[in-house]
Amino acid sequence: MTTVSASPTVHEVVPSAIIRLLKLLPWLLVAALPLALPGYEPLATQVFVMILFALSLDLLVGYAGIVTLGHAGLFGMGGYTAGIFSVHGITDPIATAVCAMILAAVTGLMFGAAMLRTKGLTLLMLTMASAFLLYEIANKATGLTGGEDGLQGVSFTPVLGLFAFDFRGKTAFFYSLAALFIVFIFVRALINSPFGWSLRGIRENDARMVAIGCPIMQRRIIVYVISSALAGLAGALQAQSTQFVALYSLSFELSGNILIMLILGGSGRLYGAFIGVPAFMFAQDLLAKQDPANWYLGQGIILIALVMLAPGGILGIAERVIDVIKRRRVRNGHRDS
Amino acid sequence: MILYLISVGLSVTMGLMGFVNLAHGVFAMLGGYATVTFMNRFGIPFLLALTIGCVLVAALGFVLERTLYRYLYGRSELDQVLFSFGLILVSVALVRIAWGPLAQPIQLPDYLRGRVNILDFALPAYRLALVGFGAAVIAGLWFVFDRTLFGARIRAAVDNRAMAQSIGIDTNRLFAAAFGLGTGLAALGGGLGADVLAISPTYPLQYIVYFLIVVAVGGLGNIKGPFVAALTIGLADTACRYFLPEAGSIFIFAFVFVVLIWRPNGIMERR
Repeated sequence: MTTVSASPTVHEVVPSAIIRLLKLLPWLLVAALPLALPGYEPLATQVFVMILFALSLDLLVGYAGIVTLGHAGLFGMGGYTAGIFSVHGITDPIATAVCAMILAAVTGLMFGAAMLRTKGLTLLMLTMASAFLLYEIANKATGLTGGEDGLQGVSFTPVLGLFAFDFRGKTAFFYSLAALFIVFIFVRALINSPFGWSLRGIRENDARMVAIGCPIMQRRIIVYVISSALAGLAGALQAQSTQFVALYSLSFELSGNILIMLILGGSGRLYGAFIGVPAFMFAQDLLAKQDPANWYLGQGIILIALVMLAPGGILGIAERVIDVIKRRRVRNGHRDS
Repeated sequence: MILYLISVGLSVTMGLMGFVNLAHGVFAMLGGYATVTFMNRFGIPFLLALTIGCVLVAALGFVLERTLYRYLYGRSELDQVLFSFGLILVSVALVRIAWGPLAQPIQLPDYLRGRVNILDFALPAYRLALVGFGAAVIAGLWFVFDRTLFGARIRAAVDNRAMAQSIGIDTNRLFAAAFGLGTGLAALGGGLGADVLAISPTYPLQYIVYFLIVVAVGGLGNIKGPFVAALTIGLADTACRYFLPEAGSIFIFAFVFVVLIWRPNGIMERR
């Protein structure tokens, strides 16, 4: 695995208060997006939801070193929870989102407690089997989920009783952006906490973590549950913004795609999800326009190239470039003095 | 039985070489396409087409191992998963461009179409041939791995690669050969099973779960495990579809889940 390097270069140059303000800037810019590009709100909402989902996956893959091929199972769990609640008359968006998180977390706890005993290929297979299990259940329980047709008739009351979900998707845009922001703050605090560092320790060397008295099984299950809850939230947001839940939200394809998006941006880097998801969606839009086969080909080549040449994804490349510049500057500095 | 034929090749590449190879179905698919194409376009008889297909795909596997796979042996599982997933996507796209999106029908030769009467049961000759082939492959593999120098070398290299290398075994070439063998087996399974598992561009995506299940349940790096696993899973699946048709494949995944929790290293775990 790649090591996480906090890049001190920027911090040394600019005072931290300004940095903090600058870090808010992208969020404000994005929030102003509807003014600049009206009509793109639904697409942007999709991007936010996927970023949130990728962020939850990053906790597992990037920080705890748990590779899963079944994360869509939890995403879909959240989506269906929100959808089914709404069909049966519980239509407050925030309440259903919380319920979705709880249900996804419980599912994650059940599967995680069983699966995380294993490692390597077996774990990979178990994550995959768990998602397929949920997929098949949703596929067969047509009375509850609508089966292959998807769950229709999903609608929600206004957020906080004030902002109704409008046709143009403006409410969904700000609603999911706000959720993403909260989750981002939470995840950032989590990975910088002692708990977050113990996860990295488990990823790098679990035997040593056991030796220094870290209950690794418990830590792994906790992070799995947290990640499940966040994936569930993403699923619920998806259901609320599109007013529809499709079987796709549980599929292996989605599990694979979200993993690719994360890797493309760079896993274990917090911002990887923010880079990878838009890049992936942009490329998809570009390549799939003429022929879906093009997109498969492009996606495959990107993946192979990433693994072969740039294991850190886009952010990994950026880090390396910065590294080279830094080293050069240091060398020049020596020459000057 | 088809599952077994394809999966045992995967067990060889994945188990013996410790590589998470999701792209195994790709080689099975190519084997199927090669067989079908040789038969339909050049009028080559089934068995010969199958053999040519196998050899070609094995050669391709050998080349891919030398050019791409070998750089990934030491890398993390995640990298291997992503790489082989990428390979799947590329192959799906290329095959779609080359052969079109539709499934390729296979014309079985006459001697495989009829029925054979054994005792009082009339069995389709095709299925019988599959079982026969499977048995032959098991016997052949067992012989190769347990009784020949090549097999002994592979086992040695898997148990301790550095040591094997230091006593003069060319592990690089050995692994390439083993990889070729694994992919060749996949192609054999794909070609033979073309009538059961339809050959279409989404083949590797569609069936990868089944291959992986068989290997994971059967345990890595042995020949008997996948056989037992393929048999149990096949039987369980059929029984379940018969008794509880509405449950679909829920049961099979639940079954796999339970087995893997119970025996994380497969049902034929070496102790």
